[in-house]
Amino acid sequence: MKVCIIGCGAIGSLFAAHLGKLDDVEVWAYDPYQAHVDAINENGLRLTGKTDLVSKINARSNAQDIPPCDFGIIAAKTLHTQSAMETVAHIFKDGAVCSVQNGVGSEEIIAEYVPRVIQGTTFPAGHITGPGVCNHDTIGVTTIGPFAAKPASQEESDRLAQALTRGGMETTSLADPRGPMWTKVIFNCASNGVGSLTRLPHGIACDQVRSVMSAVAQEGIAVAKALGITLEKNPEDMIDYGREVAYRHKPSMLQDVEAQRPTEVDSLNGGLADIGDKMGIPCPLNRAVALMIKGVEHSWTL
Amino acid sequence: MKEIKRVCVVGAGAIGSLLVGHIGALPGITMTVLTRRESHAKDLNEQGLKVSGKSNLHANVIASTNPEDLGDVDLVILATKTTAVDASMQRLEGHFPTATIMMIQNGLGCENVVRRYGSWPIIAGLTFMSGVRQSDAHVEYELDMPTWIGPWDKEAHSPGYSFIKQVEALINKSGLISKAYEDLRPVQWSKLIFNSAVNAIGAVTDLPHVPCFADTNELSDLGHLVRNMMAEGVSIAKAQGIELSSDPWEMNCKAVTQGGSHGGEEYAHITSMLSDVRHKSYTEVDWITGSIVRAALEVGVPAPYHETLYRLVKGIEKSWSQKQPADH
Repeated sequence: MKVCIIGCGAIGSLFAAHLGKLDDVEVWAYDPYQAHVDAINENGLRLTGKTDLVSKINARSNAQDIPPCDFGIIAAKTLHTQSAMETVAHIFKDGAVCSVQNGVGSEEIIAEYVPRVIQGTTFPAGHITGPGVCNHDTIGVTTIGPFAAKPASQEESDRLAQALTRGGMETTSLADPRGPMWTKVIFNCASNGVGSLTRLPHGIACDQVRSVMSAVAQEGIAVAKALGITLEKNPEDMIDYGREVAYRHKPSMLQDVEAQRPTEVDSLNGGLADIGDKMGIPCPLNRAVALMIKGVEHSWTL
Repeated sequence: MKEIKRVCVVGAGAIGSLLVGHIGALPGITMTVLTRRESHAKDLNEQGLKVSGKSNLHANVIASTNPEDLGDVDLVILATKTTAVDASMQRLEGHFPTATIMMIQNGLGCENVVRRYGSWPIIAGLTFMSGVRQSDAHVEYELDMPTWIGPWDKEAHSPGYSFIKQVEALINKSGLISKAYEDLRPVQWSKLIFNSAVNAIGAVTDLPHVPCFADTNELSDLGHLVRNMMAEGVSIAKAQGIELSSDPWEMNCKAVTQGGSHGGEEYAHITSMLSDVRHKSYTEVDWITGSIVRAALEVGVPAPYHETLYRLVKGIEKSWSQKQPADH
């Protein structure tokens, strides 16, 4: 089978390199960062840290050079979902695209461009250390399943999960993956949203502003309940667990804020508040966090 | 009634220096200054205080770091930042037994701190004027805006409104602008609610008070949060039985569109809380946003926006002590 990774940043690289180990999978990667693409094609895609491997895959910065594929795995930042899908849609005329992005709202955009969609959520973490090299920071599981509004078949979802698991990225395929996905979305809204505004790493934010994190999480829990989603875990427990295992971890959105990069807040606190509005479950604190992170982004332009 | 002859200004920052330079230049007034630094007192004793800008004045003063050296006074004007009130009052405890203390801090509640250190009658106040300290002995008067004073509402034991009118007259005679109110709370709370939202949201977003604070066209516009937070403040004031003199949201829109007294599109006032955050110095959030949270608790009105913004600013203050490199 042929799989194309859309957005070969840290998460995309983890998926691409692990799948690249398999003889029966042909891995392509689309990424606009030319130096990264060139390094991957010349030396292979290298993982360091928790995983040590070099994987031969085919990277391209021009999506027209990529052949039709059975699967796509989109790992682009959510604010690039629309433009990335526009660029790669032709690759998946008869394919299924799976999102492993943060937050909510990506699947709806992907569904505008491809016939079948898989939604997913992923816990591994990494960071690019140089062209062609990604450090695997955290091992974690991935959960995927058909996206109800424009579903891939269960068989397709299972096949992709099996390939990923064989490649070393433990993945579960469910009929309804929204439970794990929403658990992580709610956790991220609390950890990323509050961390970005206070500039505090996760564990220290737990010590200093836990009541705000909980209030943000509780709004999300109410929305998930209204959507009929059974959360996989209590997000409050995840916040506590994160404090134990990742005390000094800076959430990705805080890293974005510190580097003055546009954030994914529209898919996190903003996306959650939008869904809350539609469901008649107000999320004033998530809205407040989203508006203030937009304010932070605006401050960079002054 | 006692005539005001001897005045002591505690804390000669920009606001304190403006008061010293103006009131101290009046004939018949002996101006004393309690400073923290010996060198500050020495400069003032040797050079007096010069005011430039909107006024051109020079005042001779008696300054010291020890209240014992200043003699009795009729009026103490406490002009320190809220964060320094407690330390200043520790030094004032037991001194100036016949004085009335006039407050001029941002926010609400510093009067309670003063009361812990003595039974002086207290005048509550707030100021809109501003200046820039050029040196220990020179201040530039920038914004010639008023100082509002009135009885402290939590206090049965007030200096009496006629004395407050006398302080108003003294300030006006000196060339500064003052207005006395029999009930200060309507103006105090209007400014408090305005300041609470604009300062806290500005401190968290790193935004000066720019036009987006009044934008509500798009769902993602910051004005929605500013308006909601101010509405929450208004509901708390109402529950406290306070009728506001101005609508804080209108104050906000007016400030960013008409530019306050700066004028025009370049209006981008760096609020005091934003300035503190940028300098990593502790903010006055306990007395501004925090005071509204406490007032909400008193009357049992929910205050999720104020509580959230209060805690976020406290969280930012904590971030300054996190020096260790973070994991990825």
